[in-house]
Amino acid sequence: MLQFTRWKMVAILGTVLVGILIALPNLFSKETVDSWPSWVPKRQLVLGLDLQGGAYLLYEVDKQDYVQKRLRTLVSEIRKAMLEDPRIGYSGLGVQGQGVQLRVRDLSQLDLVRKRLEPLRNPLSNSILGGTPVNEFDLSVANDGLVQMTYTQAGLDQRVRSIVDQSIEVIARRIDQLGTTEPSIQRQGADRILVEAPGLGDPERLKSLVGQTAQLTFHLVDATVAPGQSADQARKPGTIVLPSNEAGGPSYVLEEAPLLTGEDLTDAQATFDQRSNEPVVSFRLTTGGARTFGDVTQKNVNRAFAIVLDDKVISAPVIREPILGGSGQISGSFTLQTANDLAILLRAGSLPAKLTIVEERSIGPGLGADSIRAGKIASIIATAAVCAFMVATYGMLGWIANIAVLVNVILIFSIVTLLGATLSLPGIAGVIITVGTAVDSNVLIYERIREEFRSGRSAIASIDSGFHRALGTILDANVTTLIAAIVLFYLGSGPIRGFAVTHAIGVATTMFTAFTFTRLMVAMWVRWRRPTKITL
Amino acid sequence: MRHLRLVPDNTTIPFMRMRRWTFPIAALLSALSIVLFIAIGPNYGIDFLGGTVIEIQTKDQQPDLGKLRGELNGLGLGDVQVQTIGADNSVLIRIGQQTGGEAAQQEAISKVRTALDGQAEFRRIDIVGPRVSGELAWNGALAMIVTFVAIAIYVWFRFEWQFAVGSIISAANVVIVTFGFYVVTQHEFNLTSLAAILTTVGYSLNDTVVVYDRIRETLRKYKKISLADLIDRAINDMLGRTVITTVTTLLALFSLYFFGGEVIQAFTLAMIFGVIAAILSSVCVAAPILIYFGLRTDSMNDKKTDDTKSPTKGAQKA
Repeated sequence: MLQFTRWKMVAILGTVLVGILIALPNLFSKETVDSWPSWVPKRQLVLGLDLQGGAYLLYEVDKQDYVQKRLRTLVSEIRKAMLEDPRIGYSGLGVQGQGVQLRVRDLSQLDLVRKRLEPLRNPLSNSILGGTPVNEFDLSVANDGLVQMTYTQAGLDQRVRSIVDQSIEVIARRIDQLGTTEPSIQRQGADRILVEAPGLGDPERLKSLVGQTAQLTFHLVDATVAPGQSADQARKPGTIVLPSNEAGGPSYVLEEAPLLTGEDLTDAQATFDQRSNEPVVSFRLTTGGARTFGDVTQKNVNRAFAIVLDDKVISAPVIREPILGGSGQISGSFTLQTANDLAILLRAGSLPAKLTIVEERSIGPGLGADSIRAGKIASIIATAAVCAFMVATYGMLGWIANIAVLVNVILIFSIVTLLGATLSLPGIAGVIITVGTAVDSNVLIYERIREEFRSGRSAIASIDSGFHRALGTILDANVTTLIAAIVLFYLGSGPIRGFAVTHAIGVATTMFTAFTFTRLMVAMWVRWRRPTKITL
Repeated sequence: MRHLRLVPDNTTIPFMRMRRWTFPIAALLSALSIVLFIAIGPNYGIDFLGGTVIEIQTKDQQPDLGKLRGELNGLGLGDVQVQTIGADNSVLIRIGQQTGGEAAQQEAISKVRTALDGQAEFRRIDIVGPRVSGELAWNGALAMIVTFVAIAIYVWFRFEWQFAVGSIISAANVVIVTFGFYVVTQHEFNLTSLAAILTTVGYSLNDTVVVYDRIRETLRKYKKISLADLIDRAINDMLGRTVITTVTTLLALFSLYFFGGEVIQAFTLAMIFGVIAAILSSVCVAAPILIYFGLRTDSMNDKKTDDTKSPTKGAQKA
């Protein structure tokens, strides 16, 4: 147990040295480390949001909202399909739960209905592996004329998956434009997106940029409704009633079919209106969009059209003259920042579905700094107290244990740094618990040596068999703890995971130091002092 | 130089004779914790209930809690709790789950922001929606169950099934009693508390395995004494280690408790309680269980050597 070949000694000390080198940059500021030559390891610990401050936003795709919108589109698709020649008579077309239903009048047309609606089932091409194609909708045609199209679970799942992918792209584009922070955007589970912005104390602006659907549409205002007439009473098929985005503003009756959508825009910028000097958003349209807009404005001079963002009317200017140049501007009592944000949203495109925040945590940088300071002080005091106790109990061997624990802590930090894992406040607690249990492995060894010596063996033989016996115990005990820590890492979230990372690494390094480094140091001590008595 | 010895050598404390009252006390405490848990319940935090927690630092050195409470209650957000924490001008505001789902929570927070604008700096805002809170609770429970099963399997392979059962019952006892601790103290029970409990599970299992390892070794060494005496001997032999380790772990935890800042104070307090419970449980619950489940004193010997080495085995058991 106390014999080490030369290469083994070199390997152990080499590992410890490499660990120290990797952990070293953490002692210096970012600027100092950047100025070092390129061959020196420079990686530093990634601090969790709870330590450096920042915002954590968990979004979820609003499936219900998406399904309702999609079904409304399906209704109009069905309406269009039924109008084709020969016309199919039906009644009661509408959204019913997770699907759409209608009743066909002439039962002899059922086969025709089936043929017409089949394409609307919308096969989704996901099958890279050539599996069975998934339809978005199930179609059932009953003999009594009841026709139902309902969302399939597979279809909905796949839709949600692609919504999440698209949303991540859109969010990334929006945040890129913001340009100040470097948030991470990741998928979480089937229908969630996690946005983490380190260093950002106040997430309000981020939230308004990320969470807004930003669905822009242009609609003609229904001219047949007299001003002042209650909007709801005037409602007729093919129109929608939308509120103004200003509190207390009037509602508008609009033609349901949009003239243009956000997709017809090529560019948007925040500028100032030349006359009023107010901030506005000016936009440019695609060639196709410009042509449509030109036609419509030519035919509808003196009518009003509404600019609608997320089902709220921003403004409803009257068309004074045809707009043929393919560009225009949106005014609507903006500040420079809101104009700028709207321009960013329009440039980055709209989200394919509404996102709701299901979890939000934000930590101001002040609180994070306080936590780091407290964590440092507590770690130093904990280490000092444990070290003092060990020296009082074991003397020289206590010092060896202390060096082993110190090496242990350095190794934990170097592995966390190397893996790029995040160090959070519970993570620091994990390190401190490891200090406690790493000492345990030394205690197990020393108590064992002591016992062996008291049972009448020579000093060297006691040390040898003490190590031999204690290491079996240490292995079993630590593997048990390691299992617990690994399960926590995989199943836990947030603080539990932060704790599990350092704890698992700590258990591993504890085993390493007990089996190699401590043993090597004790062996060197034995060679140096040649003890004949053990005074523990 | 004389070294510090907290425990004298060659102690002969009859732990297993004490099991007649330590074991029932442990069982009673567990039962009591379960009753309290059902009857009163812990003070669940927003992680499991949903809701909002805001920590602010007021511009005034002495925040006027009454005024704050009045302003916030005027917003019509239901139950709003206001209390000071840590530093003099830090205030914690808790707002219950809003009816109307996630969007309503967001509205509530923007109302609070407007109301307190200019008066205070927002240090921390946590908002947990109703869906996430349910999942967080379930994930925590799942993590605990999987840990138990995985460790039971490991211990079963390395020892005997009685050891696996014993270590799990002992760890479960620690978990239940620590839950009881949360109910009695009414400290907020949140994800971090769950982390604390799961850590004590790890610590308890670690400690139980150390004790079991020694019992297994003693079983192999002595064949002529009863199981109770064997276990007593094993525990007494390593009493020094148990006490020293407890002291070092508690030294680390107490420094964390006193100097680690308010954010993890509740976490460490539960850990301190859990570590003490774990160490007592290894001796008072895990060890006697081996007797109750009828571990045979020859179970650790190879079948071949059994007959030759312990001829008195049969007589001893009769």
